[in-house]
Amino acid sequence: MDTFVQQLINGLTIGAIYALIALGYTMVYGILRLINFAHGDVYMVGAFVGYGLATMLGFSAGPSLLGLGVVLISSMVICALLGMAIEFFAYRPIRKYARMTTLITAIGVSLLIENTFVAWLGAAPKAFPQLLLEQSYTLFGNAAISKSQILIFVVSVVLMLLLQWIIFRTKVGTAMRAVSFNLNSAKLMGINTNAIISFTFALGSGLAAAGGVLTAQYNPQIDPLMGIITGLKAFVAAVLGGIGNVPGAVLGGLLIGIAETFVVGYGQNVGIPTTFRDAVAFAILILVLLFRPTGLLGSTVQEKV
Amino acid sequence: MPILVKRLIAALVIVLLLLAMSQYMSDEGLFGFGVPPYYARVIMLAGINVILAVSLNLITGFTGQFSIGHVGFMAVGAYSSAYLTVYHAQVWERSLAGLVGGNLAHALIFLFAILVGALVAAIAGLIVGIPSLRLRGDYLAIVTLGFAEIIRIVILNIDKVGGATGFTVPGYTNFFWVGGFAIITILIVYNIVHSDIGRALISIREDELAAEAMGINTTRYKVLSFAISSALAGMAGVLFGHYTQFLSTNDFQFIRSFEIIIMIVLGGMGSLTGSVFGAIVITLLPEALRRLPGDLSQYRLVVYSALLILIMLTRPQGLLGTREFGLSWLKRARRQPEGSSTVAGNKGVPIAEQAGPATIDRTKELENR
Repeated sequence: MDTFVQQLINGLTIGAIYALIALGYTMVYGILRLINFAHGDVYMVGAFVGYGLATMLGFSAGPSLLGLGVVLISSMVICALLGMAIEFFAYRPIRKYARMTTLITAIGVSLLIENTFVAWLGAAPKAFPQLLLEQSYTLFGNAAISKSQILIFVVSVVLMLLLQWIIFRTKVGTAMRAVSFNLNSAKLMGINTNAIISFTFALGSGLAAAGGVLTAQYNPQIDPLMGIITGLKAFVAAVLGGIGNVPGAVLGGLLIGIAETFVVGYGQNVGIPTTFRDAVAFAILILVLLFRPTGLLGSTVQEKV
Repeated sequence: MPILVKRLIAALVIVLLLLAMSQYMSDEGLFGFGVPPYYARVIMLAGINVILAVSLNLITGFTGQFSIGHVGFMAVGAYSSAYLTVYHAQVWERSLAGLVGGNLAHALIFLFAILVGALVAAIAGLIVGIPSLRLRGDYLAIVTLGFAEIIRIVILNIDKVGGATGFTVPGYTNFFWVGGFAIITILIVYNIVHSDIGRALISIREDELAAEAMGINTTRYKVLSFAISSALAGMAGVLFGHYTQFLSTNDFQFIRSFEIIIMIVLGGMGSLTGSVFGAIVITLLPEALRRLPGDLSQYRLVVYSALLILIMLTRPQGLLGTREFGLSWLKRARRQPEGSSTVAGNKGVPIAEQAGPATIDRTKELENR
């Protein structure tokens, strides 16, 4: 029973990270119908910016909650700017072009970011400084939950509630929902769609950066290629929940996290080797796209001629 | 001379040329002439990339289905044929050699391995394609990527073909095979594209709903082109595996799929000559980067991605777009189009009144194509 709870805790931890990244995917898809392949790399950049800031500002000397807070917020801000830059330079000029063109461009941007970091910093993993005094608490018997896991839960919940507030209680959020419903009508209503799109990218990238810093704190090895697989899994999470649907992204993220942990944890008894960890998300994707392509919380959209 | 005889003679000439070239590029050289092994290697890799690019162009460029899992089928072809050549080929070759002689037996075994690789890859293509091809562009891309990763992870876990440590494979490939199959691939895709099937595929690319409304069974054609494309990729995989003589799943990662995509994007996604051109350029690019001062070769992938973004921003149709570069282009350039005002000569003279051939010679008509 305690293994179950332990697996659940670990699964929810990873799931929370996937949820943060999936929110970015789903928001961008909602307004632009574009799968932002580069989003996973914004997560990676967030972790590295956090690493850079922590070493530069001298927080790497010892654990410091203030340091973590500063690093987290600054990384989110910097990556929000990065997200806006990506949108402005790479996606805005081609917004009117064919879907395949935007897809290829997105892949290009993703690879550009990854390989620039590899060329600049080397592919070897770096160690993220421990900004949190690591401590394990026991829960329900033998299940252990560490401080960084609690941090991940707390921060992700706070960020998601913040996002929910922004989307449903502010004018900007209403504008975002309008743009995702129908871009041209929103323009006719006087909404500055370019600004809203930039803002959406900024929000999504900020969340991804938060995910990056939190993951780096939990799992201190960071390398420039860490964004690819995590980004893809987060995309699967967004699709699972219904792409374009914000609560769906959260649900999808948590489900993928739990599924992955359980398959790896219990799969050994059934003969599934642990190397299949990454294949779990893809298998779920294929199943979702075959049987319920609009996702768990999505609604069917008729394809109009 | 009837067409068939002409084509047989052409085929024979090509076969002899290929044999000569492959002898020229091998270690012994041809009558004392040879190429340094480095150049031979680049040419072989370019040939294999041509097959990959042309096959991917069939499904992505001509049918409009964006597949980024092409390397998965290459892997399937490579590993299935490798299983054959490593575990069974020696026995078969010995028994066959008794019948037809050593060299021919060697060649026939390899031909069989290539066909098996292509067949298994085609089956993989069917398995991947049938459920996936109902999905729209973005989702199809992710699903094909997912399938390619799953294929790679599954192969990684099969110990009989080496698993994580890699698989040593006998060397069968030489330029004869690579060049021969490159030509065969181009011929296959060319013939498909310039046929009824090709028109159906292009119509699916242009507007799938309209094609469906016109009565074209889009699913059938999409799956067909996907299977053929995978089979050709499998063939490339066989050639690749038996050239490098060592198979490791690291060679079949997503980045390789991306390299093939950039080949066809660079050349133009609906153009056969474009994809050949793109394949050659992208094969030569790392070598060119190595020559530049300073160690720029680590920036290879940065250059690729920047190049891709640049192409998409400035000329998304690639170098040749959907046009082909060939003799007909040169001929058309000479014959003035009707009503074109920028070209000197037959200004505005309707085509019917332009001087044309006195008689229509049927055989000449077919040759001019």
